[in-house]
Amino acid sequence: MTETAHPTKWKRPPILIRDARWRYAIYGGALVYMVLAIGSVEVNWIRVYEGLERGWRFIQGFLQPDFTTRWYDIRIGLIESLTMTVTSTVVGVLISVPIGIGAARNLAPPVVYLVCRAIIALSRALQEIIIAILLVAMFGFGPFAGFLTLSFATIGFLSKLLAEDIEDIDEAQAEAIRATGASWWQLINYAIQPQVMPRLIGLSLYRLDINFRESAVIGIVGAGGIGATLNTAIDRYEYDSAGAIILIIIVIVMAAEYSSSHVRKWVQ
Amino acid sequence: MLRIEGLSKTYRTGDKALTDVSFEVPAGQVVGLIGPSGAGKSTLIRCINRLVEPSAGAVHLRDLNVTGLSRSALRQARRRIGMIFQEYALVERLTVMENVLSGRLGYVPFWRSFLRRYPGEDVAKAFQLLERVGLTEHADKRADALSGGQRQRVGIARALEQDPELLLVDEPTASLDPKTSRQIMRLILEICQERNLPAIINIHDGIRAQSFTQRIIGLQAGVVVFDGPPAELDDKVLTRIYGEEDWTAMRRGASEDDEEDAREREERLAGLV
Repeated sequence: MTETAHPTKWKRPPILIRDARWRYAIYGGALVYMVLAIGSVEVNWIRVYEGLERGWRFIQGFLQPDFTTRWYDIRIGLIESLTMTVTSTVVGVLISVPIGIGAARNLAPPVVYLVCRAIIALSRALQEIIIAILLVAMFGFGPFAGFLTLSFATIGFLSKLLAEDIEDIDEAQAEAIRATGASWWQLINYAIQPQVMPRLIGLSLYRLDINFRESAVIGIVGAGGIGATLNTAIDRYEYDSAGAIILIIIVIVMAAEYSSSHVRKWVQ
Repeated sequence: MLRIEGLSKTYRTGDKALTDVSFEVPAGQVVGLIGPSGAGKSTLIRCINRLVEPSAGAVHLRDLNVTGLSRSALRQARRRIGMIFQEYALVERLTVMENVLSGRLGYVPFWRSFLRRYPGEDVAKAFQLLERVGLTEHADKRADALSGGQRQRVGIARALEQDPELLLVDEPTASLDPKTSRQIMRLILEICQERNLPAIINIHDGIRAQSFTQRIIGLQAGVVVFDGPPAELDDKVLTRIYGEEDWTAMRRGASEDDEEDAREREERLAGLV
């Protein structure tokens, strides 16, 4: 038996950028740019030093949160926020389902597909705060503008993910239902819905979380809710009340997160 | 019963799956469609109920020209053609009963199917079929809770729930173990006999097909290269369809399987006594 000498060394061949010169040029360029970019950031260290004290007071506010002094305002803000969250999620989901089905390439004719994808792109391109500013200008301060903002944002989020889930279904199941002579609606009800329902429920609950958090943010630009209360507290330098509000937001978000992960596991 | 004339299919990618396929299936005949994978077997049976749109040619179901039908007329034609799939293709998150009842979708209006309020005779038929395939007690289970063999039984019940005039069967045993495969195959053949139901059964294993069909059609690269009784399927023909193989050894393996199968059946009968 003759042993042929096999190489004892092996190197992983470069996969992304084959040419060594290009590779080093791109990596080197990226490094140089990063160094220059960090160098160009101007930091006013005196201002930072002054701000430290204000930040410290903020943190102290957290440590001694004041729930009672502004409780009336906090309560109204919370109720507004929760109302906004729930109504906008429900309305958003109801509108998202037909748009999501229309934006699934395997179900919708090309024209419907393009229209639905355009709606999704528009909704996703505009950040919540920008829409909120626009809608507050149109409908005035208060939770109605917030409700519309969150509904609009929910449509972009949910329709896109639902459409992608529909495009990822097991086609064999849909084919089998089609082979029985089922109509388009029956196909949706029997082959698509059972496959995407758990994810749709999961995404809706996730969006409920997001909408509550966003309701706190868009309140700052005038769309009502707990964000408006928080903004007022900070403007008045009442960091203890602000701390209380932020703690309440954290507790509610955590509770929503915890319960929604349970529900998601249960619907699987 | 079923007449196929000059059927051709060219996919958009330019792949020619079928070229000028013509044959007729009389009532009550079980046809084995054999050929290596990629020969166009699946495409052929999908062209019959137009899950795949044929590029040329015609499919006639009795007097009905299936290839010329509008969408709603096609639905009515599809409900006359039952189909059994390779990987069962059950809707996994629906119950066994819903899967069987989905065979009636072509007959009932949307609201009935949506509310799961099927007419009494449809429900009775579904229970009767579940009894026939031996799954009565599993009716309320989710389809993904069943084993492979059980799932294919549900697939068979779903196809029969349509009251089909023709059965299209696409590699019914490809994802099952050898013993379950034989049981499922036997069940399909028994049912075809009971109902005098014509069937086209895709199967890549030519020797297997030989032992249980009344007629074999051999496909090779989308062209019919053999059409005749199983007895005429000799080594020369098999080689033309599949390429060179040791057919004698394959036959020996197949007959050993059959013997084992027969022994099992005898043992089971003996156990009952």
